[in-house]
Amino acid sequence: MAGSVDKPSYELFSKDTRAFVYGMQTKAVQGMLDFDYMCGRTVPSVAAIIYTFGSQSISKLYWGTKEILLPVYRTIEEACTKHPEVDVVVNFASSRSAYASTMELMEFPQIRCIAIIAEGVPERRAREILVTSKEKNVVIIGPATVGGIKPGCFKIGNTGGMMDNIVASKLYRPGSVAYVSKSGGMSNELNNIISHTTDGVYEGIAIGGDRYPGTTFIDHLIRFEADPACKLMVLLGEVGGVEEYRVIEAVKNGTIKKPIVAWAIGTCSSMFKTEVQFGHAGSFANSELETAVAKNQAMREAGIYVPETFEKLPALLQEVYEGLVKKGVIVPQPEVAPPNIPLDYAWAKELGLVRKPSSFICTISNDRGSELTYNNVPISKVFEEELGIGGVISLLWLRRRLPSYATKFLEMVLQLTADHGPCVSGAMNTIITTRAGKDLISSLVAGLLTIGTRFGGALDGAAQEFSKAYDAGLSPRAFVDSCRKANKLIPGIGHRIKSRNNPDLRVELVKGYVKKNFPSTKLLDYALAVENVTTSKKDNLILNVDGCIAVCFVDLLRNCGAFTLEEANEYINLGILNGMFVLGRSIGLIGHHLDQKRLRAPLYRHPWDDFLYLS
Amino acid sequence: MSAKSIREYDGKAVLAYWLNRSPSISKEEYKTVSATPAVQLAQIQFPLPTLVIPAESTTYREVVEDVFAKVEQEHPWVKETKLVAKPDQLIKRRGKSGLLKLNATWDEAKEWIRERAGKNQKVQHAVGYLTTFLVEPFVPHPPNTEYYININSVREGDWILFCNEGGVDVGDVDAKARKLLVPVRLSEFPSRATIASTLLSDIPVEQHESLVDFIIRLYSVYVDCQFTYLEINPLVVIPTAKGADVFYLDLAAKLDQTAEFECGAKWAVARAPESLGIKTSGEESGAINADHGPPMVFPAPFGRELSKEEAYVQGLDAKTGASLKLTILNAEGRVWNLVAGGGASVVYADAVAVNGAADELANYGEYSGAPTDGQTYEYAKTVLDLMTRGEPRADGKVLFIGGGIANFTSPAVTFRAIARALGDYKDKLHAHKVSIWVRRAGPNYQEGLRVIREAGKKFDLPLKVYGPECHISGIVPMGLGKAPVEAEWQMA
Repeated sequence: MAGSVDKPSYELFSKDTRAFVYGMQTKAVQGMLDFDYMCGRTVPSVAAIIYTFGSQSISKLYWGTKEILLPVYRTIEEACTKHPEVDVVVNFASSRSAYASTMELMEFPQIRCIAIIAEGVPERRAREILVTSKEKNVVIIGPATVGGIKPGCFKIGNTGGMMDNIVASKLYRPGSVAYVSKSGGMSNELNNIISHTTDGVYEGIAIGGDRYPGTTFIDHLIRFEADPACKLMVLLGEVGGVEEYRVIEAVKNGTIKKPIVAWAIGTCSSMFKTEVQFGHAGSFANSELETAVAKNQAMREAGIYVPETFEKLPALLQEVYEGLVKKGVIVPQPEVAPPNIPLDYAWAKELGLVRKPSSFICTISNDRGSELTYNNVPISKVFEEELGIGGVISLLWLRRRLPSYATKFLEMVLQLTADHGPCVSGAMNTIITTRAGKDLISSLVAGLLTIGTRFGGALDGAAQEFSKAYDAGLSPRAFVDSCRKANKLIPGIGHRIKSRNNPDLRVELVKGYVKKNFPSTKLLDYALAVENVTTSKKDNLILNVDGCIAVCFVDLLRNCGAFTLEEANEYINLGILNGMFVLGRSIGLIGHHLDQKRLRAPLYRHPWDDFLYLS
Repeated sequence: MSAKSIREYDGKAVLAYWLNRSPSISKEEYKTVSATPAVQLAQIQFPLPTLVIPAESTTYREVVEDVFAKVEQEHPWVKETKLVAKPDQLIKRRGKSGLLKLNATWDEAKEWIRERAGKNQKVQHAVGYLTTFLVEPFVPHPPNTEYYININSVREGDWILFCNEGGVDVGDVDAKARKLLVPVRLSEFPSRATIASTLLSDIPVEQHESLVDFIIRLYSVYVDCQFTYLEINPLVVIPTAKGADVFYLDLAAKLDQTAEFECGAKWAVARAPESLGIKTSGEESGAINADHGPPMVFPAPFGRELSKEEAYVQGLDAKTGASLKLTILNAEGRVWNLVAGGGASVVYADAVAVNGAADELANYGEYSGAPTDGQTYEYAKTVLDLMTRGEPRADGKVLFIGGGIANFTSPAVTFRAIARALGDYKDKLHAHKVSIWVRRAGPNYQEGLRVIREAGKKFDLPLKVYGPECHISGIVPMGLGKAPVEAEWQMA
């Protein structure tokens, strides 16, 4: 067991204090370790982290410039067994679990002090904690506090702010002034005031803003009274509660003899017409006695140094301090420079001190702000303006908003390509994979992997071939001839069954829409002229649905006014048409997967007689 | 979040449901059967009158009659018994203010409520609209059967006060009442004998068993449902052959709002229509609540109904671990605070008061606990919007963007958001001649101060910037012209 016996009862923290941090608060832990390092501690103050969720067993942190590993335990019991020297816990549990965790921590006799950070612990639970803590002789700081700090020794969690503030308020080495404050935010202000007007902070505790803090002003002032290194005390109280009167009592009956400079904030509440609940749960006067004005008056009458206003507190504190120096009670010590703490990369970046080239770039979406954006359009606007799937594709694929006739065309393409029956190779693959018992993604991907130049890939080829011929100024007949000479099929021309006299309805739909809505249909007109040439040779060499979509897509990109010719060509070359087909067909492939699942279709085995065996 | 007052209706509903259900705190058996009659509570709520639909308008009057019709349907008993009617809006001493209608028929009660619904009412200093009423059966009783009971929580435990006098004229109960402190540790709950000898020494012995039972039952609910204050006055105890019948005629209570995660379900179920015997028309499918029953309501003090803006900030606050608070003290005031920190915000309010501007202080508020950019922006916009309403004043207005030295909130983050809000309101800020004073420190405060100073320059606002070298509320006397203006903060 740790030597809790040889520690004086007034001393909660020393240069050797070891603590657990309850909760995965690595930033706060790093702040504590940086503070330790700056104070010249040889061993970090945090022995381990207790985190009841997750399976992490270590946490990596910095000790100066070095990296060290801190153990992470899932139970309090294990942590206590492995680290018997620990006697302080900084409890970051939420308001819901602060009660249970604190009660459990108090079952381990090695724990002498627990700081409860959470705000909103139910008042009955807070009182149960404080009753148990008195029985077990555990010092509770909080709930609803930032904690406290003992310069040169120990820092609770986030107390004292960042390292630059630790330096500015000289919190890396002890002074002679101990304070106790209700407010955690104000404690840092006291650090600042005390460092400017005296030889610095000896110890500071923020008891927390709740109605029932585990320890109050008097508990800590009595410790400071007993601690020979503390020479002067500061008390920052607040409207609400009667705890200041217990200090007055102790001063009057001689329990406290060291000088106290004090102020209760909230003097304005007496001047308001209606009752105001200030930010702290406990800051509400239930009687005249609990007002800040009454408290300040009573403290003044008891011989405590109380300034006229809070603004005059620094001057009064300085005056009392200088009196003690003159009397030789305080002998100011020579200053020592603290070691430098290297800046964390993230913090240095925040401060604008460093830069680093990024490894990745993203230009289409951003999830970092208050609202997700697609190419700078907030997601709420996507719905407000009913951009639809076509609009989303135009934002994420083409990085611009397109007119609604264009986005409707994109949706038309998706609808037309969604499915083409079970027999095409993609659907077949998906069905067979599904029937082999595979999951949705595997089955979908099995189908998608068949998409290429032969299946579904005709769109990209058709767009490229037709555009190239048109841009080169080849007449439709010359284009057809050149393909024949090169023994090349024209992508987008030809259908297994459909012909001029038996037209593909899908093609008619696209042509009708495009003719009606597009500003220009030059490439479609060109392709139809090509179709005239090819069908004169054979009736089924029509412009098929792939070819029709492809040339219309090119017409759209080139003529909607949103793209230069280069940009339009680039998007085609990037494979956007293939993308449209993959996206559209995924709808059908997922449909086939779900269909087979629903039908409980068994494993498929192809019949022997359908293969010609040649070995 | 803290201990908050609840309506009498809700308090009575919770008692009615839990009095016979909460596990007994006492180790001893109850001696009597609790004979609480069927719950008969009718809450009557009218909308807040508006400029468009004032209380006198025909439309509003029609709404009032519609509400009455619904009450008759949901609570058929109102037509069958003599009634008590009273406003239920956390008003103290209603009897003395003439806000209590006793022994009335339903028609008389309706007429009495009709005269008051939607009307302005002055109670002591506060003025507010009467919109929520409670109607329940009238309990005739001889005056010597009225008692007073109060339970309230302190650090050491819970005080139970019991007084053999009750009613409107009970007087100084603190001096008259018998008191018993129940320790926080419930295993140390006092024995029946102690309760009787401490609290009931002035009461006839034959009523002791039923009263002790009632006190234990009441206290068990107090603990189980995490009350922090409960006062029943008068408590009527009518002796019967078996002991006594107990009625709680008037009730004031506070619940610990932070205990909602433990007790929310208990508060809700007590107020579900089935628990209250409310005849619902069946087909009313409303929103689905988290618990079985509607969530507890914590109304603002009388005359301090939340403004739209206050309610908005309360909504923001409820959705985050950070803290955002706003109370309008005087919407016409010229001094506005936009201050970070629960303690620092009080220091700023003090400083304004000390410098002679208490009457001009428009708001109390604070943001803390590292609110996000979006939350801070919404909060700042709300304050700026409120302070730039109405006709500009010749003497202009003052805005203090203040705060202490933050422990972990980054002023760079919050000030970027505030700077954006200043930009949104730059024209209005000019029109109202708002002078802006900034003081803040904490992690990366240099960037925060730089950003806000830039915003001041960009939007041409009279804005002065101070950092940790200035006292926390040092900008207040400067801004109010009570102290010479010091040199501003400079980037190192």
